[in-house]
Amino acid sequence: MASRDNAARPASAPWLSLKAREMLEAWLFVSPTLIGFLVFFLGPLVAIFYYSTTEWNLLSQQATFVGLRNFQNALLENPDFWHVVRNSVIFALGLVPLNMALALSLALALSRPFFGVVFFRTVFFAPVVTSAIAWAIVWKFMLQGEGGAVNQMLAWIGIDGPNWLREPNWAMAAVIVTRVIKMVGLNMILYIAALQSIPRDYEEAAALEGASRWQVFRMITWPLLAPTTLVIMVLTTIGSFKVFDHIYQMTGGGPENGTLVLAFYIYQQGFKFFNVGYAAALALIMFVIVMALTLVQVMLRRKEME
Amino acid sequence: MTQRRTEILYRICWTMALLLLAVPFVFPFLWMISGGFKSTTEIFGAPTLIPRVWRFENFAEVFTYQPFARQYFNSLYIAATVTVLTLFIASLAGYALARIRFAGAGLLMLFLMMALMVPEEVTIIPNFFLIRAMGLIDTHWPLILLPVFGPQGVVATFLMRQFFLALPRELEEAGKMDGLSRFGVWLKIALPMARPALAAVAIITFLHSWNLFLEPLIFLSSLEKFTLPLALSNFNDSYGLPLWNLQLAATSLAVVPILIIYLIAQRQIIESFALSGVKG
Repeated sequence: MASRDNAARPASAPWLSLKAREMLEAWLFVSPTLIGFLVFFLGPLVAIFYYSTTEWNLLSQQATFVGLRNFQNALLENPDFWHVVRNSVIFALGLVPLNMALALSLALALSRPFFGVVFFRTVFFAPVVTSAIAWAIVWKFMLQGEGGAVNQMLAWIGIDGPNWLREPNWAMAAVIVTRVIKMVGLNMILYIAALQSIPRDYEEAAALEGASRWQVFRMITWPLLAPTTLVIMVLTTIGSFKVFDHIYQMTGGGPENGTLVLAFYIYQQGFKFFNVGYAAALALIMFVIVMALTLVQVMLRRKEME
Repeated sequence: MTQRRTEILYRICWTMALLLLAVPFVFPFLWMISGGFKSTTEIFGAPTLIPRVWRFENFAEVFTYQPFARQYFNSLYIAATVTVLTLFIASLAGYALARIRFAGAGLLMLFLMMALMVPEEVTIIPNFFLIRAMGLIDTHWPLILLPVFGPQGVVATFLMRQFFLALPRELEEAGKMDGLSRFGVWLKIALPMARPALAAVAIITFLHSWNLFLEPLIFLSSLEKFTLPLALSNFNDSYGLPLWNLQLAATSLAVVPILIIYLIAQRQIIESFALSGVKG
């Protein structure tokens, strides 16, 4: 061992022990990431606690300490807040199951090679690489009440479509569905990767014993997919809480605040109305929600693993 | 024989269902391109996939309505810069976290994990004041700094770490014997072997920067500094209503090149994203 240590020790820094030198090198290697992390993430995360206890007057650019006033405002006084949380929850409750069920179905259909499988994978994944703004622009165009492509198609089969983005309930449904179409390819690919790592022997053995397709899925495939399902659930839920660009472009939070979700509300309060302290309090609440969601699911996952 | 026949029938049904399901994924692209060539009257008339009159002028007007060429270039060079910087910084940190045993590595990993979980919307307000204090409002700096050092940079670090973990130890030992420093081992041995991981990180990072919206929206105010997504949402008339044909023409110009690259390299791109999901 000793001879190898000597061989590895450079002539330029003979005064440092190998261990200390390794340590120094490691910290040098991670320092750009670490500094960036401290400056643009951890610092701001601490600062948000400070900002959330202040009120700003844009003209004087002075922050006044107001204690928990912003939280009181959000949680108890401002009816908008609970409306927004409700919207975010509806968005997540609509998007996550729809996205995951569709992603799994597509993955089951496309995990084995057959004629056209590459074509279908390519098609279902294409919206993922497209910017959310572009996607939202085209769908907003297609969802117009009069002359929109979607309503024209519905008219062929005798359905008189609503003005999708002008009615609060329809707007929310439209935003959820178009977002699912945009993002489902990603989860599909994660499921395909997981399915391909399941040894085929299990399923074949079960099939030989006379199990139906559904039984094979229920008893073998689905349990083996559990870890992947949990990862996908965490990522998709967090993703649904941070949806911003899609909403911004398609509805701008409207109509009648029907699609005003948390991420958009933070942007609106902070950068349009300049209620910086209030927006900071909202951001902190969002942080708590996302962290709680993550922790719950991590714990579930650990339980599952045991 | 009958079993084979049911199998074929089953296949046909599946394929038909998939084709039907593919419509909302493909049609928007076709409708976007078609709309970009139409006149305003045709856009609001009876729908036609092939325009009756091809208005190529739309595409010229995109460039006169706002400095679209400049905005296009902004997106390109910012995404390229972010990608190169991320590759450099993430592969350094990823290498150290995977290959060097050092005190604090565990804690560092834990912190980085946290950054993964927290949406940009949470830290954007303090970051705004930080960027303003640095005098970098209405510059491209925040669009480079925040993605490189933010959650996206952490994703890249994790992917690089995962890859370096699987690197055979003997190669490094051989390098050290030849008198290479740590930096030398990283540069001359680890990096060349990490080409697939670097490609995956490059693809994800480039697309993320190319599609970034919240940060440009908040930090940029001059038209000639806009990036593409911001420019696209800016084709409105004086009443704030969208100029559909121009907007769709511009969107086509922004989306079609990426789509072509995607079709050429779809395998590599899809695999990169599959990798990024494994990080959790």
